[in-house]
Amino acid sequence: MILAIIENAFLSLIGSAIPASAVVMLAATGAMLGERVGVLNLGQEGLIGIGAVYSVIAVLSWGVESPWLAMLIGMIAAAVAGLIFAVCVVAFRASQVLVGLALALGGIGLSNQLGTNRNGTPIQTLFREVNPGGVLDDNDAVSAFFFHDPVVYIAYIGLPVVLWFVLFRTRHGMNMKAVGENPAAADAVGVSVTGWRIFYSVLGAALTGAGGAYMVLSFTPTWSPDIARGRGWVALAVVIFAGWRPGWAVAGALLYGSMISLDTTAQARGWGLPFMGASDLSFFLSMLPYVVTLVAILIPAGAVKLGRRVRSTAAPAALAIPYSREER
Amino acid sequence: MTGESTRLSVEARGISKAFGGVAALDAVDFEVRWSEVHALVGENGAGKTTLCNILAGIYRADAGQVIVDGTERDFRSPAHAIDAGIGMVHQHFRLVEPMTVSENIHLGWPETPGVVSQRALNERTEQFMGEMGLHVDPTAKIWQLSVGEQQRVEILRVLARGARVLILDEPTAVLTAKEAEDLFAVVRELAASGLSVIFITHKLREVLAVSDRLTVLRHGIREITRPTEGATASEIARLMTGEERVLNVEHRVVTGDPALELRGVSALNDRGITALHDVDLTVRSGEILGIAGVSGNGQTELAEVICALRGLESGSITVDGADVGSMSVRAVTDMGVGHIPEDRIGMGMVLSAPVKDNAVLHNYWTEQFSQGLNLNRQGVIDFAKRLVEAARVQTRSVFATAGQLSGGNQQRLVARREALVADQLLVAAHPTRGLDVNAAQEVRSTILDKRDSGCAVLLISDDLDEVLLMSDRIAVIYEGRIMGVFDAADADREPIGLLMGGHSSTEAA
Repeated sequence: MILAIIENAFLSLIGSAIPASAVVMLAATGAMLGERVGVLNLGQEGLIGIGAVYSVIAVLSWGVESPWLAMLIGMIAAAVAGLIFAVCVVAFRASQVLVGLALALGGIGLSNQLGTNRNGTPIQTLFREVNPGGVLDDNDAVSAFFFHDPVVYIAYIGLPVVLWFVLFRTRHGMNMKAVGENPAAADAVGVSVTGWRIFYSVLGAALTGAGGAYMVLSFTPTWSPDIARGRGWVALAVVIFAGWRPGWAVAGALLYGSMISLDTTAQARGWGLPFMGASDLSFFLSMLPYVVTLVAILIPAGAVKLGRRVRSTAAPAALAIPYSREER
Repeated sequence: MTGESTRLSVEARGISKAFGGVAALDAVDFEVRWSEVHALVGENGAGKTTLCNILAGIYRADAGQVIVDGTERDFRSPAHAIDAGIGMVHQHFRLVEPMTVSENIHLGWPETPGVVSQRALNERTEQFMGEMGLHVDPTAKIWQLSVGEQQRVEILRVLARGARVLILDEPTAVLTAKEAEDLFAVVRELAASGLSVIFITHKLREVLAVSDRLTVLRHGIREITRPTEGATASEIARLMTGEERVLNVEHRVVTGDPALELRGVSALNDRGITALHDVDLTVRSGEILGIAGVSGNGQTELAEVICALRGLESGSITVDGADVGSMSVRAVTDMGVGHIPEDRIGMGMVLSAPVKDNAVLHNYWTEQFSQGLNLNRQGVIDFAKRLVEAARVQTRSVFATAGQLSGGNQQRLVARREALVADQLLVAAHPTRGLDVNAAQEVRSTILDKRDSGCAVLLISDDLDEVLLMSDRIAVIYEGRIMGVFDAADADREPIGLLMGGHSSTEAA
């Protein structure tokens, strides 16, 4: 009996965590792409906003009827922002941190401005759940893992598998890692550091934009100001937690998503807090995702401190360092 | 021997290149033949590496032409140079440390299969190694390899891509004597098989041992190109340096108050292993105590504990009678302790900051340069100009960044700056490492002047000749222990060498 309750609670948690953190998953993959070639884009929060607002505009103002096309438009908008960022930090070697922060703040501001008249308007053009042809019963266990949007499967399975394969099983991935670890070495063997860094910054930004698009086309599904609500920052933490490995990003994103779900579940059920005299748990549970994020990124940092650093989980050595061939 | 062997593989005509307004190369001509080892000789900053970086497509020349095997080329990147058959092995290796040997060899190579497995890469690597007669464990990660092995990976990588002209930039600088001998054999063999090898060095013995012809560069200008046969070391040295300056050092026996005293000092290294065991040392005012030893036997930690950069596990350190063990770095500096660090780029200066700021890096807070929160800008500039002039640092202006200076000029600047800070004690760690003859002499003169003015000097160097030349007394360090202390008068190379290798002579005595 007790077991069944726990199982039920767990399944419902996972069931809501999976879509809740698909955005984080997409943004983390986008950020990871850039970071693997040495470009740290702190602007994820802004890119989510830009991706989301342009998808909303596509649907509400341009009459786009396919969610895929709406998402593509959001991705293109984010990619353009990513290109501006990449040109600043790669071609002109501006500080990745400063330009990234500017992109975060500017992207939030821009998307809020563009979204002003569309607050709360429900989006009708939604991704449809994948229903495996009535083969499966609609019970808790099944619905936790199935009946999600196609985007969810792409984010959690498609992208990590493809990225893992490219990074660890192809010549292309080998060169990518070299650009992030030691650009001078990559340059010396004829890999264009500038070209690769710009390309993957733009592609990464597009993926993060897809995360924003997914929010408004499925998760919320409506525009509201400050739509990312910190998910862009969490995505950056997930990359660190994952040790720049695509598979681990899934675990990181789900951990975060579970915390969010816990919060909403608790609010819905009105769980109280047995201490500190609070009548509901929400203030604590709302904080929990960020606390867990903080702890999660401290684990690898702590491992370094304890001298147990595993080299394969360390950050790309040239992360956030501009490359200039003629510096001496 | 005619025809093939005198045909040119690479020809550079009128190459000029400037960095930050200072000319590194001035209309240099350079010709290399097939089947020869061509030594490119010169002091630090003579332009050897710059010239080769242009040949290898790393830098672009401001003026001049590069002709490879009869065709004029304009390399816009190293990839273009590799396509034309020119490959360079840099002094600082361009290897990706967390990756394996196989991966590094296959990096950025169009012939690498699109989908790769570690095993397939290893097999391909084994095959090249067999063809080229050079061997390294293909599955090893780069950081696990010795420097000599890393160099072999670089050479293999270049050859695997079909390089016909191999440029080696100061290849022996990081090698042991045995590794260097092996390298010479490899180089001779490659030339015998028809390749051109350009061998950059400033070591005369190597020039004579390995090259067929040689070119001397000085201050960015070609002095001579000639066959090595018949050349003498002194002749090449004269062409390299322009003039010889010989340092005469008078050794002294100093009695009097100790300026620096270490009693029972133990300390850990960065990995938490004990690097200094119960070290006792005394340096008196007006003397140079040389620390002889092979690198990595606690010298780095010794310099750092004295300058308060590293904590003590036990023991005490006093400067002029005051306990510095618990002082901050700034407090120790204020006591008149100067430190020429081993790693001048990482610890000695801020490369992105202008020379003027680097000139006051160790005392900008003193009254001379600041009042309250204000920095005395003009005072700093004037001081920096005087320092640059006195230390003979070659720079466009004191507003150029330290990163634009050549290695020798950086070291001159740091050495002179620290000498000015040091009233009581100067800790000089490998002060002439990597410097050419002239720059080394100047740095040594600076240190000797300090001694003569009554400052105590702790000289750490892994160059035994330098320790013997400079020191009034010599202490030998091995695995963090002081093995013995000698007066310069009774210091013989042999017993010191034995102690440096861990053979305790006191066992017999």
